[in-house]
Amino acid sequence: MNTSTVELPDWLEIVVIPLLNIILALFCAGLIILAIGENPIEAVGIMLKGAFGYDEAVGYTLYYTTNFIFTGLAVAIAFHANLFNIGGEGQAYFAGLGIALVVLTLDQYLPALLLIPLAIAAAALFGSLWAFIPAWLQAYRGSHIVITTIMFNFIAASLMVYLLVNVLIQPGSMSPETREFATTAWLPFMHEFLALFGVTVTRTPLNLSFFLALLCCLITWIYIWKTRWGYALRTAGQSEAAAVYAGIKPKRIIITAMCLSGALAGLVAVNELMGVHHRLLLNFTAGYGFTGIAVSLMGRNHPVGIILASLLFGILYQGGAELAFELPKITREMVVAIQGLIILFSGALALMLRPWVVRVYLLMRPSAINAAAS
Amino acid sequence: MTNHPVNGGESSPPIAIELQGISKRFGNVRANQDIDLVVQRGTIHGIVGENGAGKSTLMSILYGFYQADSGAILIDGVPTKIYSSHDAIDAGIGMVHQHFMLVETFSVLENVILGAEQGALLKAGISNARQTLQHLADEYQLSVPLDQPTGQLPVGQQQRTEILKALYRNAEILILDEPTGVLTPQEADQLFRVLRTLREKGVTVILITHKLREIMDVTDNVSVLRLGTMVSTQRTADTSMEQLAELMVGRKLESQTFAKADPVDATIGLEAHNVSLHGSKGLTELDNINLQVRHGEIVGVAGVAGNGQSALLEVLSGIVTPTAGHLVINGRTVSASEPMDPAQMREAGLHHVPEDRLRLGLIKSFTAAESALLGYHTREKFNWRVLLKLNLIRETCKRLMQAFDVRPQDPALKSASFSGGNQQKLILARELDKAPSVLLVGQPTRGVDIGAIELIHDKLIEMRDNGCAVLLVSVELDEIMALSDRIVVMFGGRIVGEVNGANANKTELGLMMANAMDDVA
Amino acid sequence: MDWLNDEVLRTILATLDATLRVSTPLILCAMAGLFSERSGVIDIGLEGKMLAAAFAAGSLAALTGSAWLALLAAIGVGVAMALVHAFACVTHRGNQVVSGLAINVLASGLTVVLGIAWFRQGGQTPSLPSEARFMPLQLPLADTLASVPVLGPLYRDVISGHNLLVYIALTIVPLTWWIVYRTRFGLRLRAVGENPLAVDTAGISVARLRYSAVLICGALCGVAGCYLAIAQNAAFVREMTAGQGYIALAAMIFGKWRPLPAMIACLMFGFLDAVAIRLQGIELPVIGEVPVQLIQALPYILTVVLLAGFIGRAVAPKAIGVPFSKER
Repeated sequence: MNTSTVELPDWLEIVVIPLLNIILALFCAGLIILAIGENPIEAVGIMLKGAFGYDEAVGYTLYYTTNFIFTGLAVAIAFHANLFNIGGEGQAYFAGLGIALVVLTLDQYLPALLLIPLAIAAAALFGSLWAFIPAWLQAYRGSHIVITTIMFNFIAASLMVYLLVNVLIQPGSMSPETREFATTAWLPFMHEFLALFGVTVTRTPLNLSFFLALLCCLITWIYIWKTRWGYALRTAGQSEAAAVYAGIKPKRIIITAMCLSGALAGLVAVNELMGVHHRLLLNFTAGYGFTGIAVSLMGRNHPVGIILASLLFGILYQGGAELAFELPKITREMVVAIQGLIILFSGALALMLRPWVVRVYLLMRPSAINAAAS
Repeated sequence: MTNHPVNGGESSPPIAIELQGISKRFGNVRANQDIDLVVQRGTIHGIVGENGAGKSTLMSILYGFYQADSGAILIDGVPTKIYSSHDAIDAGIGMVHQHFMLVETFSVLENVILGAEQGALLKAGISNARQTLQHLADEYQLSVPLDQPTGQLPVGQQQRTEILKALYRNAEILILDEPTGVLTPQEADQLFRVLRTLREKGVTVILITHKLREIMDVTDNVSVLRLGTMVSTQRTADTSMEQLAELMVGRKLESQTFAKADPVDATIGLEAHNVSLHGSKGLTELDNINLQVRHGEIVGVAGVAGNGQSALLEVLSGIVTPTAGHLVINGRTVSASEPMDPAQMREAGLHHVPEDRLRLGLIKSFTAAESALLGYHTREKFNWRVLLKLNLIRETCKRLMQAFDVRPQDPALKSASFSGGNQQKLILARELDKAPSVLLVGQPTRGVDIGAIELIHDKLIEMRDNGCAVLLVSVELDEIMALSDRIVVMFGGRIVGEVNGANANKTELGLMMANAMDDVA
Repeated sequence: MDWLNDEVLRTILATLDATLRVSTPLILCAMAGLFSERSGVIDIGLEGKMLAAAFAAGSLAALTGSAWLALLAAIGVGVAMALVHAFACVTHRGNQVVSGLAINVLASGLTVVLGIAWFRQGGQTPSLPSEARFMPLQLPLADTLASVPVLGPLYRDVISGHNLLVYIALTIVPLTWWIVYRTRFGLRLRAVGENPLAVDTAGISVARLRYSAVLICGALCGVAGCYLAIAQNAAFVREMTAGQGYIALAAMIFGKWRPLPAMIACLMFGFLDAVAIRLQGIELPVIGEVPVQLIQALPYILTVVLLAGFIGRAVAPKAIGVPFSKER
């Protein structure tokens, strides 16, 4: 029987199969934990407690979630245009340069209300600039965007090291960092923000860029499914020939989609630099760009799915830190391994379980067999 | 009509292939139903049928591409399981596919030995093959430059490479799937000579085609497939083109007839002046095309598939910019240096129902409502500058579905879930709804059921009567003749003739399509 | 020839020597990628396979003290990772880029997790004694011939004195060339990357071919990883591949999917690397000080420029990245 031609109801395709894939990935992670001599059930308990058990933990979890939403959306919007943007890491990194240039130049002169939007815009602009070059090369020179965005991650890394070591470094400092931004460029922390309303929470890195992330989800959702631009983007992503027939220019779509993608990835720098570190420093992107790929695959390129997947990764990151503390045999890198498993099962092997689901479905709904048999 | 009238005699020659009760379904489509077939050794056996009658599926089963759901295959009387091409080759079957199975960067020689290399190292195999091929080439007059990359060869020689591949593997049964579709008449003649030589040497040839002329010319026996069933097998000499045509279609074509229009004084909607298109490989796809379509007439473009009709539609619709010449659309000049894209063409009143509806006409993963918006998402009517008017889009789709009887009438259903006919009606509805003053239509009824065909034809005539300038491209000559007020014939990227629709004659058109007028006249 | 004093000569020889050393894993990985990609399967997972293999080699060498067992383990792990890739890409027709990425991320996490759990040295494997490593070999007559002008020192200081895996890498290149262009397997490999349907109709299993190619790729990545952990270095260190898998990928593309040009690209990139270390802080005449980071980024920049078609054209195998499906 050829199961790939059988149509399944949406709830199976959108909920059950992705969920099974994640369970499979987590099951494999459990096996790894068993293999190093710890109890996976206990590990899950510690992890959940570490992610939600107290309000500081929640703050950290949501702080990580913020980054993943940005990079997840970045990958998703490119996916809708049938482009694979592996360059989120480099785009976020380069966006940090945009923030630093704006803030270091202007933070003595501008009030926060002007400086912060300007710096955010600079992050988005620099992020999209770093995506624009591979996009242009793909559209007009036919270079494979996967390879060029990978290369651009490395080029960004080298460039930033050079700039931080030789140009932007705070004079007299030993570590390659810029001077601290003036407080006018700081995004308020969540605990400060909530204090305005009389709510007291523990101090965490969570800051207002969390709301920016949620806003981006909403805007992305509207953009992709409710606007004519999103319609054009999806059309070009599904069929270049149909796009040309419809009068849509696929090359422009490649560039638009990648620039939007780069801009979203660039917002990671807003969370990290304006929200937390308050200076430009080396490797602040810490692999968030790559995690975005797992997030997007897991969230099926839909903003709601991406929020859920980002939250899961937030839990893994924060809970994983707690886990490393409680069970010394397990380290934070366990999260990276889980991330790899999720990319594998939710991405590359996304259709592995489908034939089985189809069989079970047909067993439960014999009436569907006639329509599906072949 | 009885089956196998040729299989009765006691002195009948040995049987190369026998199929017994072959059935194959794809989803809801019964591609093959309980098919029996007997092919005698050393004959050329034709299999005819319309597009979608199940010919290719049947041959794919024989070549191991698909497995039949039920039924048996006997080769030389021995029941044989064919699970893969490998099994087919072992059973002595060779196949020349419609789309060649060649590695374009490989030389002819490398292509031929691929999969039959004689040993782990290439050197010995290659020099052996060179000799063998030289022999085969001489024996069957199949000379091909052995060391040339196949991608650089003309299609006729690529096809010979395919035949050589089969012969090199000692194929005793050779299947050719629509072999003349891409050939010039001269190349086709050469091919038939080769096939006759093969028959003399004892090779069994199965020729799949929908061109009855070829069947009459070259085959010994002929089987007719219709809607997945085998409706007849008989000696070619005992039948006629008319009879085969009737068998293929299943009923006398009650050809729809429409009154012809002759709007000599009407304004010109679409004009092409000296339009040429040179492809990427220096291929001339369109050669100096001059064409006029007046408002209130249908101009039909007839021709064998692959003679430039697709390129013509692409150029006229703005998908491709011509390399030379210019167009005039409702008085507006479009030149090669100042081209218009399809969106601008639509603004100028020219709309296009594309040939390839699954690739161009709609997006399979989109809902019907989204597909019904294709090409019009920038229209003021459908958006508030940025946001789409989704309700209106849905309602419009629903209205179109009602007007053109698209079933099921559900705008939220995925476009891929509709049947070919309903997809086509939806696309037609989308374009006609915009009240085009110029309409390009490509293969409007390809893969469409009979009920839908009549509706589509009626709608096209209605458009013409409302003053639309219609250019109709179709490989179905009957369709062209039924609908067109004027008919132009394309061959080799050129327009080689024009006749009045009212007194068009099939023979004359057929000769033009084969570019054989000069020989006759 | 005034400038060619001993000092300069020694520097040049040492740089060439270092070039060969840093190029070795690149060459092995580039040949690995070539097999996979020639069969039509994109492999951005060279990095991950090499990393996992390096970890396996480091661990096994530390546990058993045998370099050969370590090599075997590295190859085994490389092949196992490749098997996952093939299972996802060939059997389940998954996205090849996603699968390669998964392997990279998985390897990056797993090697550290297991390393810390097993050896408790912050992700490093224990330092190896020289018996557990592949040590430099003196080629015959190296010292005797040293007095021959130019060639002598070149032979002694550059060609001779490497470990076995370096020489294996150098032999793998002509071997790859021979396999790809002179054997039946190579013919089929090239064909399946260009037109898998043609291969299928010729009666050859596309899946089997692609599995073999991807597994060969895994084995070669294994050798490369083994080299990093127990030949070039004396232990596995976390993230020790440091992007070399991607540089190898770039070199393979730079070599236009052909063995000899890919090797030259590897040597060129290796040379850049070797030079970068020496140029640190040195003022060159005319250009001034060249930032190390620029030299480090050059392989990536050059590859982008090549892909953009500004220096020749790199045409990938036609069917690359497309899962094979008979359904039409």
